[in-house]
Amino acid sequence: MKKLSSLLATTVLATMLVSTAQAKTLVYCSEGSPEGFDPALYTSGTTFDASSKNVYNRLVEFNIGTTETKPGLAESYEVSEDGLEYTFKLRPGVKFHTSDFFTPTRDLNADDVIFSFERQLKEDNPFNKYVEGASWEYFNGMSMPDLLKSIDKVDDMTVKFVLNRPEAPFIANMAMDFASIMSKEYADKLEAEGKASDLNQKPIGTGPFQFVAYQPDAVIRFKAHPDYWAGKEKIDDLVFAITTDASVRQQKLMAGECHVAPYPNPADLDALKANADLEVMEQEGLNVGYLAYNALVPPFDNAKVRKALNMAINKQAILDAVFQGSGQAAKNPIPPTMWSYNKAIEDDAFDPEAAKAMLEAEGVKDLSMKIWAMPVQRPYNPNARRMAEVMQEDFSKIGVNVEIVSYEWGEYLDKSKAKDRDGAVLLGWTGDNGDPDNFLAVLLGCDGVGGSNRAQWCNDEFEALIQKAKVVSDKAERTKLYEEAQVVFKREAPWATIAHSVVFMPMSKKVSGYVMDPLGGHWFTGVDIAE
Amino acid sequence: MLRFFLTRVGLLIPTFIGVSIVAFAFIRLLPGDPIMLLAGERGVDPARYAELQAMLGFDKSIPVQYYNYLVDILHGDFGTSIVTKRPVLDEFLTLFPATIELALCAIILATLIGIPAGVVAAVKRGSWLDQGLMGTALVGYSMPIFWWGLLLIILFSGILQWTPVSGRISLIYFFPQVTGFMLIDSLLSGQSGAFKSALSHLVLPTIVLATIPLAVIARQTRSAMLEVLGEDYVRTARAKGLPPRRVIGVHALRNALIPVITTIGLQVGVLLAGAILTETIFSWPGIGKWMVDSVFKRDYSVVQGGLLLIAGVIMIVNLIVDLLYGLINPRIRH
Repeated sequence: MKKLSSLLATTVLATMLVSTAQAKTLVYCSEGSPEGFDPALYTSGTTFDASSKNVYNRLVEFNIGTTETKPGLAESYEVSEDGLEYTFKLRPGVKFHTSDFFTPTRDLNADDVIFSFERQLKEDNPFNKYVEGASWEYFNGMSMPDLLKSIDKVDDMTVKFVLNRPEAPFIANMAMDFASIMSKEYADKLEAEGKASDLNQKPIGTGPFQFVAYQPDAVIRFKAHPDYWAGKEKIDDLVFAITTDASVRQQKLMAGECHVAPYPNPADLDALKANADLEVMEQEGLNVGYLAYNALVPPFDNAKVRKALNMAINKQAILDAVFQGSGQAAKNPIPPTMWSYNKAIEDDAFDPEAAKAMLEAEGVKDLSMKIWAMPVQRPYNPNARRMAEVMQEDFSKIGVNVEIVSYEWGEYLDKSKAKDRDGAVLLGWTGDNGDPDNFLAVLLGCDGVGGSNRAQWCNDEFEALIQKAKVVSDKAERTKLYEEAQVVFKREAPWATIAHSVVFMPMSKKVSGYVMDPLGGHWFTGVDIAE
Repeated sequence: MLRFFLTRVGLLIPTFIGVSIVAFAFIRLLPGDPIMLLAGERGVDPARYAELQAMLGFDKSIPVQYYNYLVDILHGDFGTSIVTKRPVLDEFLTLFPATIELALCAIILATLIGIPAGVVAAVKRGSWLDQGLMGTALVGYSMPIFWWGLLLIILFSGILQWTPVSGRISLIYFFPQVTGFMLIDSLLSGQSGAFKSALSHLVLPTIVLATIPLAVIARQTRSAMLEVLGEDYVRTARAKGLPPRRVIGVHALRNALIPVITTIGLQVGVLLAGAILTETIFSWPGIGKWMVDSVFKRDYSVVQGGLLLIAGVIMIVNLIVDLLYGLINPRIRH
C-alpha cells in the first residue's frame, strides 16, 4: 500500500510540477454546486460565485471589500434632475469570451444590455421562459418590474433606464448579480440552434474568467479571459472543487488539495489558525440577527417596555454560547461594514436591575411572552434555540416568563409575518446590494408591516427619513438621513439587535491579493498564487 | 421458467404504482413549502406566490397533481427541478454512474472479504478467530458511517497522506466523460496516471460504503454455513473421505450461498442509502447527495422523480436476484 501510494504520489507530483510550470492554477473548494450559470434565475450565493462574480460583469460593480459601487461595463452614468432617468455610457472595446462553443463577432453594445434586462421584464421576450420554471426572483424581489418604465437604446454605446419613481438604491441594484450582462449574439445563436437552455449551462460573459467545463457536483473549470477589459488575471486557471462538508474542506486545505476554502466549522478555527501554511482572514458579515417584538400588541407597543427588555439581554453570553467567537454584538440594525453605519450610537447597557425598575414604572407585572426560535441555522444566527434559551434565562431575572416556540422554516417565515402574532420573533437579514435602504426600508418601513417588517413597527419620524433617503441621489445627504434614522430606531427599540456574524476565510499562504467581500461573494479578480 | 419470469415482472407493476404514491405523498407530507423556502427571509407577496404556485402546478388539487405526475412519467417525463430548472432525468443520468461505480466497488469488496470471513468463522466456530471476525463485523455494522468516514480521512489522507481526501480524480486530469464511470473514462482518456488517480480516490469511499454490507454478508455466510455443515450430506461427504477443502468449498458453500445471494441483492438498497452519507463525506458526485439536498429544499419534482428512479433500480436488481435464485435453486421456480 505504502509503495503504491508513494509511487502514486510521485506520479501526481511530477505531473503537477509539469502543469504548474505551464499554468498557474488556483483551486477553490466551494461549498456546493451552482444551480445553474444564469445568475438572474437564482438567488443563492453559491450560484453567484460560479457565475456572476467571476464570469460576468455589470454596468456598475461593487468595489470589492466595500459596499460602494464603481464603474463597470458603463464607463460613466448620469442621473436626471428628477431622479427618473439613468443614462449609462458603455465602455468601448469590451470583448465577450471566445470558447469552443461560441466565437463572438462583435464587442459589447447597447443591445446586450437591453437583452439582459428585457428577458427578465417582458413576457414576450424569447428568453423570458427559456428554462422551465424561470421566475427571475431577484429582479422581481427588488421590485424592478414596478420600477422600470422603459429601457431605451440612445445609440450603440448608450442606454437609458427610465424609472416610474425616483429610487436612489437603483444604482446599487445595477451592481447586483441579476443585473449581469449577457451576450445577445450568443443568445440569438442558441435560439436559432434550438439550444436556448445552454445559456444556463454554458455561460459566455465579459468577466475576468471564462467557463471551460462543469462536472455536476464535482468540479467547475474556468480559465482567465485573455482579452479581459481590465487586463488578464494573474492566475491562468481557476478550479472550483465542490466539497460540501466543512470538515472535509478543512482536510483538503491542509493537505494542499485546495488553496482557498470558505465556511469553516467554528470548532476548527483554532487548528486552522495554528497551521503555519495557512492564513485565516475574517470580516463582519453583511447581516444582522435580531429579536423583533410585535409593536402592535400591548405591552410591546410601548417603547419603554421594549427598551427594558433589551436592557435585560446579556449579549456577551449569547456571543459566547451561540456564536463561539464568530459573532460581534450588534447595536444598529445595519452592519458596521455598510456605509452610513452610525458609530456614535451607544448600545443599551446590560442592566437587569434598571430593566426591572423600568418595567415596574410602566406598570408591567408578571409579564408572560413567547419567543419564536427559528428551526434552521442561518449566518446571522447559528443556533436560535440556544439563543432563545439564554434570553429566557435573562428575562426570568426581571420577572418575565418566556415560552419558546418554533415551526418548520417555511411556516415560521409565513406565520411570523402576521400582525396579530403572539410573541417576539428571532430572525435576521443578509444584505443584497449593500444599500442601507435594503435593510432599513425592507425590514422596518411601514410598507413592510404584515410582511418583512416582523416588528410590525411603523414610526412616522423613521419612515419620513428613509423615504427621503430613497429619493435623494446625493450620497452624503443620504448618509446623514440614514444616520438619523438609526438614532430613532435605537430610541424606539422595535428590535433587540443581537449580533452580526463574523465570516472566516481560510486559505493557503501562497495565495495573495484575495479581498473578502462584505456582501459575501467570492471573487478571484486580482488574486495571485506563488509557485 | 417463463411463467416464473412473467409473474415476477407482473409483480413490478403494483409495486411501481405503490412507490409512485409513496414518493409523491412523502415530500408533501413534510411540512414546508418550496416557494417559501426559495424566497427565504426575503419573502414573497401573495400575488407573486399565487403566480408561482400556478406555474409549478401546485394550485391544483392533490389527486389532479398526482394524475398529471403519473401521466408525465408514463411519457418518460420525470419533471423539472424547482431549484435548478433542469430536467430530473438529465440530472439523475448525469449523477447515477458515480453512484453505481462506488456501489459496485463496495459490493465487490464486501463480497470478496465477507464470504471468506464468514466461511472461516463457521469452520473455526467458537475459536478466537471466529469471535474476532464476528466481533469486528458487529463493530463494523454498528459504526456511524459519517464518523467512520471522517476518521479514515483524518488518518489516511490527513496524517499518513496515502490517499486523497475527496473527489473522484485529481483535478490535474481533465478529459471528457464518455461512460460516466471514472475508472473506464480515465483509461479511455489515455492520460498517464489518470487511472491510478481515479483508483486511489475510490479506496476510502469504497471501504466506508462496504463496511455495513461486509459485516452483514460475513454474518449471514457464517450462519448459513453452520446450518449446512450440520446437514447429513456434508457428514456423508466427510465420511466418504473427501478432502475438507472440497467438502467446505463445493458441497457446503454452494448450498450456503443461496441465502447469501439474497442478502447481497438486498444490500443494493442498503448501498444506495449508505451512499447518501458516504457521498456527502467524500464529495462524491452521485445521487445520494443529490436526493438529500432536494429533500432539504423541498424540491418536489426531484424527490418524487428521484425516489421513483432509485426504487426502479432496486426493483430491477431484486428481480435479477430472484431470477438468479430460481436458476440456482430449481425448487423456487415451481
